[in-house]
Amino acid sequence: MASLRDIKNRISSTKKTSQITRAMQMVSASKLNRAELNAKAFVPYMGKISDVVSAIASGTADSGHPMLLSRPVKKTAYLVITSDRGLAGAYNSNVIRAVTNAIRDRHTSVDEYVVFAIGRVGRDFFVKRGANVIESVVALPDHPSFADIKEIARKAVGMFTDGTYDELYMYYSHYVSAIQQEVTGQKVLPLTDIATTNSGANASYEFEPSGEAILEVLLPQYAESLIYGALLDGKASEHASRMTAMKSATDNASDLIGSLTLSFNRARQAAITQEITEIVGGVAALE
Amino acid sequence: MKTIKVNIVTPDGPVYDSEVNMLIANTATGEIGVLPGHIPMVAPLQVGAVRMKTDGKTTDIVAVSGGFLEVRPEKVTILAQAAEVASAIDVTRAKEAMKRAEERLAQTKQDDLDFKRADLSLRRATNRINVYEGNI
Repeated sequence: MASLRDIKNRISSTKKTSQITRAMQMVSASKLNRAELNAKAFVPYMGKISDVVSAIASGTADSGHPMLLSRPVKKTAYLVITSDRGLAGAYNSNVIRAVTNAIRDRHTSVDEYVVFAIGRVGRDFFVKRGANVIESVVALPDHPSFADIKEIARKAVGMFTDGTYDELYMYYSHYVSAIQQEVTGQKVLPLTDIATTNSGANASYEFEPSGEAILEVLLPQYAESLIYGALLDGKASEHASRMTAMKSATDNASDLIGSLTLSFNRARQAAITQEITEIVGGVAALE
Repeated sequence: MKTIKVNIVTPDGPVYDSEVNMLIANTATGEIGVLPGHIPMVAPLQVGAVRMKTDGKTTDIVAVSGGFLEVRPEKVTILAQAAEVASAIDVTRAKEAMKRAEERLAQTKQDDLDFKRADLSLRRATNRINVYEGNI
């Protein structure tokens, strides 16, 4: 049986750990609030831009813009959004597992795909696995602005237009609620599904100078916005899952402290009982 | 006087939202003015200032870095990747960006990709400074 002092040491170290995890839980909770607000601020922009894109794309359905056409797939790109740090429960591993499963199902060799990584965990994982990581962004702030990821978004869209790859998928964790996040795999390019979501009511736009010229400006902006939206979504899930992970760590620590205190008391009582028995025994021997 | 609603939205949130009498913007093909009751129209924008005449006298100015303009009879929406009202512009940062872009322009060749990029960032920076100082 562990000595009294050993148990006491374990209790105090567990207490210190639980103080840290509780603090981290509260920090994540407040960051989650901000991240939710950021995601909300983005909604009107995204809603507007998809309205206009679908109105124009359906108005000029046969425009043949390269970003709207699916072509035979020789090479695929994956954009993976993870966090920079761990201690977020299964947040990173869920996203990475979804990507590796997709890669294993679709490809036989490393030459058939490339990876764009947002977040250190994802980048390190794919670099270590020998995947071709074209570009990565790490150490993003907790509340990223559009300018922070403009470079990588522009590159991801630009290389599709160049024909470097023929499909772009995006994997991130979608924020459903504070306790639920879903890994989402989404096809960003080519934009095959927007023409079907047309409302039809406002398709009578005048295009200045022409529908094609506007699509030229609009579609890259739309695709980049999709990526930014996913990043905001991912950030909110990151904070939510870190909060949940830290909460369960704190709960586990208090359970542990409870059972350690119980065995501490038991050990102390045993020691007292033993002392009394010894004294009584000593007195009895003297009589 | 009739008014039209103007919304300027960026990925980081709404920038401008107000009823105006007239809007003047730089589209890719030239400068246009939009009055209430305009036919539905979509046009890409140049880097430049968008001017909104509110009550015949005052003019609100917003610096817009590209994006596009969507007009409906009762509403105008501008979707840009970056836009600032004059008071929100970080003018020291814009001046630094202008200096950097000018240096890069002096170093690179005309047909380089970097040249185009530097040219664009120079235009964005001068646009911001102009809007900040109010000389449009």
